Amino acid sequence: MTTAIQNIDHYLENFSALAKQARRDDPRWFEKLRETALARFLKTGFPSTRDEDWRFTNVSAIARTPFSPARKKPTGLSPADLAGWKIPNSAAQLVFVDGQLVPGLSTLDGLRKRVTVSALKDLIRKQPEVVEPHLGRYVDIERDPFPALNTAFAEDGAYVHIARGTVLSEPIHVLFVSTTRDTPEMTHPRNLVVVEDESQATVIEEYISLGSGPVLSNGVTELVAGESAHVAHHMIVREQPEAFHISTLRIEQARSATVSSHSLLLGGGLVRNNVHPVLRGEGGECLINGLFVGNGHQHLDNYMLVEHASPHSSSRQFYNGILDGHAHGVFHGRIVVHKNAQKTDAKQTNRNLLLSDDAQVDTKPQLEIYADDVKCTHGATIGQIDENALFYLESRGIDRISARRLLLSAFASECLARMKDDTARAHAEQLIHKYLSSFADALAEGSADRGRQPERTGEEVG
Amino acid sequence: MATKRGEESEERKKKRMSLLEIKNLHVTVGGHEILKGIDLRINAGEVHSIMGPNGSGKSTLAQVLARRETYQVTAGEILFNGRDLLAMKPEEAACEGVFMAFQYPVEIPGIGNAYFLRSALNAIRKHRGEDEMDAMDFLPLYREKLKVLEMDEKLMNRSLNEGFSGGEKKRNEILQMAVLEPKLAILDETDSGLDIDALRIVAKGVNAMRSPERAMLVVTHYQRLLNYIVPDRVHVLVDGRIVRSGGPDLALELEEKGYGWMETEARQTAPASA
Repeated sequence: MTTAIQNIDHYLENFSALAKQARRDDPRWFEKLRETALARFLKTGFPSTRDEDWRFTNVSAIARTPFSPARKKPTGLSPADLAGWKIPNSAAQLVFVDGQLVPGLSTLDGLRKRVTVSALKDLIRKQPEVVEPHLGRYVDIERDPFPALNTAFAEDGAYVHIARGTVLSEPIHVLFVSTTRDTPEMTHPRNLVVVEDESQATVIEEYISLGSGPVLSNGVTELVAGESAHVAHHMIVREQPEAFHISTLRIEQARSATVSSHSLLLGGGLVRNNVHPVLRGEGGECLINGLFVGNGHQHLDNYMLVEHASPHSSSRQFYNGILDGHAHGVFHGRIVVHKNAQKTDAKQTNRNLLLSDDAQVDTKPQLEIYADDVKCTHGATIGQIDENALFYLESRGIDRISARRLLLSAFASECLARMKDDTARAHAEQLIHKYLSSFADALAEGSADRGRQPERTGEEVG
Repeated sequence: MATKRGEESEERKKKRMSLLEIKNLHVTVGGHEILKGIDLRINAGEVHSIMGPNGSGKSTLAQVLARRETYQVTAGEILFNGRDLLAMKPEEAACEGVFMAFQYPVEIPGIGNAYFLRSALNAIRKHRGEDEMDAMDFLPLYREKLKVLEMDEKLMNRSLNEGFSGGEKKRNEILQMAVLEPKLAILDETDSGLDIDALRIVAKGVNAMRSPERAMLVVTHYQRLLNYIVPDRVHVLVDGRIVRSGGPDLALELEEKGYGWMETEARQTAPASA
């Protein structure tokens, strides 16, 4: 339902302006996809906290801000500026600045045969036959207005295709950089990753920003894993404190496909990360692993929807949160087991560390089970740094700041341990270390964490 | 010349001085007085045992020595090596040479055993003004101590105490003690929950560390451990007071008669209190 404060008319104006100029060469099917999505978005508007899926996340600040599509501007960035963002040993890197691919900053030389990495925009025009069967076929624009908005405004993003039976051992890095100018701008990155039967690949999708001020990144990635394919997707969000970031990862898994999704939410003012795998074929396995680290007034929302649609599939969700200052974290883990999905094995764990009295976390498990022979468990804990563990380390000579830093790293390392790709893990580890170091040092100043309440624990089996 | 003589007498004084000196220690926890005036002196090279029934304050004494802050010292003082122990934070006490083997060692997932112990050792070495030890130098030392405690090398890279059996945890405590080489080692009910094989291994590890420079305080409920770690002195703690001190034979006497007679005796001799 559209609320009074929402001003969504300008989305229609912006859409019309784009359709007249920039998009004149786009194929008709794509334009139709966009029009349908826009119509859907205009009908629903932005979600409100009365919507169950958005209970803990208020997006009225996004609704109020008149974002216009990011315009191309000189980036002023050179490959040298990007050196610090590069992931050593990646097979390819695509860099988008304000939604536009910057070929001069991108490298594709590490690629081998049977692997395609390119800008989605080019593919849509040059080889629509490879894109059309997938694009927009998986993500649900009815359920969530943000993917609808993305589909309506999507211009570009990464297209990754791994042909049948191909193993790509190094990760593909897709980097989205948002810069700011005087008016609020939005980008809607759109990625399509197709990993065919018996293939293997790792994709790292990373969002960073330069400057400050309101920007909206609203990304959608559709990831298709063929039979017995092994795919890892890493999402890294480390935008600036005024940035709004919404991302949706929709995973479609064929029979016996193994997919892992690793999310690292470190930066950004308001961040919502949706992960939505559908285990379509029998015997699929899905790991959803995440860490969110927030302070200041950051709001970090993790929304998981795992659908088991066939028998013998298993899913594991592990999310750890570390929150300080006035940060607010959300973990919403929904598991749907469809009627014929017998022998489903689904597990969900969310552990949270609150480092200040004003930090907050809402954790909400939600199980919908329509089959009768399944195993589903979920559990959540919210606690502080364990005083016993802290004393144990101190009693061995380790000072309080170092002990805290060790314990925070240890808590985060559970997520790192689940990342199989060495390159991706090393990259994640280095970023986590950077963010947590500033945490532990700030902790040294306050002593609000002494004499805390015991950990609250809830473990249920359904 | 005068100053030199002064220094010498200072040196002699230090020699005469006990490594640990507890004077009239009173401790409360959550408003309840647990220790009601403890006096205890332990010289370097000595092994003392504190025995007592449940709730007598044994573990409280151990934790206060390790500088746990939840215990409030209301009166008395503790001198360690001539310095005010109560003014030290836990990590300072550790760096000065106090080590407590925990009754319930903490499991910390995500921190490797070897990494943790090397961090601890380096914190202590740094405090002493020594160079930090890198992983290559540390490994042989660690391996050697693992062997003494008959522990599997695979434990090295596993998380700190995570998934360890009770016996493995206790052995890991002694292993840490062996690497950190404290001046004062406090064993807080290290024997509880151990089977006889594990007890022998732990005792062997502890006995290997007895030296003229080091003192030990063995806190235990049962006499059994003292068959393997023979103490120089035994103190019986009842209701927050040391009611009796003696040689190793006192432990045997307790084993035979239990704590009951001593508790009765303690009640009769205790000063009348409100």
